[in-house]
Amino acid sequence: MSLARSKAAIVGVGELAPIRRTVGESTLGMLARCAALALTDSGLEKAEIDGLLVGPQVGETPQHVPATMAEYLGLMPTMSNVVDLGGASGLGMIWRAAAAIEAGMCEAVLCVIGNHRNSDAPRSPNRNPIREFDVPFGASGANVAYALLKQAHMAQYGSTDADFALIAHWARANAQLTPEAIFYGQPASVDEILASPMIAAPLHKFEIVMPVAGAEAVIVTSAKRAKDRGMTAVHLLGAGEKITHRAVSQAPDLTSGPLKPSMARAFAQSGTRVQDMSLLSLYDCYTVMVATTLEDSGICPPGGFGAFMRDHDFGPAGRYPMNSNGGQLGFGQPDLAGGMVHVVDAVHQLRGTATGRQIQGAELALVTGNGATMSEAVALVLGADV
Amino acid sequence: MTNLTDINVPGPTTIPLTEPFWDAAAEGRFILQLCGGCQQHVFYPREICPHCWSGDLHWVPASGQGTLKSFTIVHRPGHPGWMAVTPYTVGLVALAEGPTMLSHILGDAPQVGQAVGFAPTNIGGRVLPCFRIITSQTTPKGDLA
Ligand SMILES: [Zn+2]
Repeated sequence: MSLARSKAAIVGVGELAPIRRTVGESTLGMLARCAALALTDSGLEKAEIDGLLVGPQVGETPQHVPATMAEYLGLMPTMSNVVDLGGASGLGMIWRAAAAIEAGMCEAVLCVIGNHRNSDAPRSPNRNPIREFDVPFGASGANVAYALLKQAHMAQYGSTDADFALIAHWARANAQLTPEAIFYGQPASVDEILASPMIAAPLHKFEIVMPVAGAEAVIVTSAKRAKDRGMTAVHLLGAGEKITHRAVSQAPDLTSGPLKPSMARAFAQSGTRVQDMSLLSLYDCYTVMVATTLEDSGICPPGGFGAFMRDHDFGPAGRYPMNSNGGQLGFGQPDLAGGMVHVVDAVHQLRGTATGRQIQGAELALVTGNGATMSEAVALVLGADV
Repeated sequence: MTNLTDINVPGPTTIPLTEPFWDAAAEGRFILQLCGGCQQHVFYPREICPHCWSGDLHWVPASGQGTLKSFTIVHRPGHPGWMAVTPYTVGLVALAEGPTMLSHILGDAPQVGQAVGFAPTNIGGRVLPCFRIITSQTTPKGDLA
C-alpha cells in the first residue's frame, strides 16, 4: 500500500545522544559521526551517496556549508543545499530530497543537521528587522515570542496553565522510556511543572526545551531502489510547507499557525486524516506549540486542546501516542536539529525498532517541524513499509 | 531599584531608511509609513510596501493609540542587561492604523485587549517608542526621566 503512494524511502537514520555541554567539539565532526551512523544503518555504500542537504552552521561555517561538509565527508554530490527553516529544517530536507531524486538529480541523499555546545559557541550576529525593532524593547530570544503566543491562547480560549502543563507532563513521561533522553529519570507532574520557575509569564521553565548538543542524520532514496535492494524502508507519503513571517509582531495569527495548511497538504497528498495516525510526532519547542498544532491538525477544535489532553493517553499504548521518545521537551533540543528528532523517532516507530517504547502495529506517523516564532512550518506523513 | 534609563542594553540598529522613526520617537512623536499605492500603513519601515509592492511610502503622523494583543512579563531576560529591571512587560500592540508592533509596556496589571497609548521612554539612554496601559485614571504619558 505504502509503496504505490511513496514519494521516497527513508532507509537509514543516525542520532547522537543529546548532551548538555560539549568540550572541543566541531559541528562538522559531530555531523560526520552522525552521518556514518546513518550510512551503516542504511546498508548503502558511501559512494552511493550523491545528494547532500545540511543545516546552517552559525559561526563555524557561515558560508559554503554544503561544500565544506562534502569535503569533510569525502563526498562529491550532484545535488546539495542548505535548508534554513529553523526547527523545520530537518523536515524540509526530507521532501526536498524526494523532489531532487524525482527530478533525476541524484539517487541517495544524506540529510544531516546538528550543533556542538562548546562554551565558546558564537551567537548569531543579526542586523535585520527583528534585531532593530524587537530587541531594544527587552524582547531578546524565543521565550518572549512563545510567551506572547501562550498568553494570546489563554486570553482567546480561556485555556489554563494546567492544560499546557499536561503537554510537558506527557513529554517527561515518555522520556522515561528513552534512556538517551536528557530528562530520562526525571518525570514531572503537572504540579511540578507549574512550580518550576517563571521565565516569561505565563511560560514556566519546564514548558521550555532544554538546549543540548546533538546531531541527527537521515538517508533518503527512491522507493524503487529501497525495494530492489531489499532495504528496510519508511515511506514519505505526503508533505506540506508554509512560511508566514519572521518576527512574532508580524504573525498573521497568534493562535493558529502555518502548520495548519502544511498539515492539510500533507494529509491530502497522502490520502490520510489525522485520526489515522499511529504516532503524532509534533514539534514541541514550547508547550503552546503542541497545543496550537493539535488544534490546527483538526484532531480537536480550536481552543479544545486542554480537554483533548485530559481525555487521552499519549504513551505508546494510548489511543494517540505523541512524541514517543519524549519529544524535545523530554529528549532535549539539539539546536536546529530539533525537528529531525521527531523524524528519527517516527522512523523507528514505523519500522518497529523503537525499543522499549514501540507502538504496536504502527503504520502512519504525522511529523511536524516549526521554526522561528511559529513562522516556518513543514509537515510530513510517513508510512511503514507494508 | 534600577531605572530603565540606567540599564546597559542593545539599542536599535538603525539605517538611514529607519532613522526617521527612531528620531521622531526621541522627540515624542509617533510616525508610521503610509503607502501611496494602497493607502495602508506599514510597520516596520520598509523600502517597498509588503501589501502591494509600491515604492511610494512616506512618513505620516500616527495616533499612538492601540490595543494590547498579547503580553508577557519577563522574569529571565534573553539579554543580561535587562536583568536589573525584571520583571518587566513586553507586549504586542495592535496599532489603530493596522500594523502590529512589539514594544515595552508600562503600567500595572496588563490584560489582553486593553487600550494602550504611545509613551516615549528613556531606555538605556535612548528615548524609545514604548506604550502605556490606559486606565480610566491615567492619560498616557511618557517617562522621559
Ligand atoms: Zn501598498
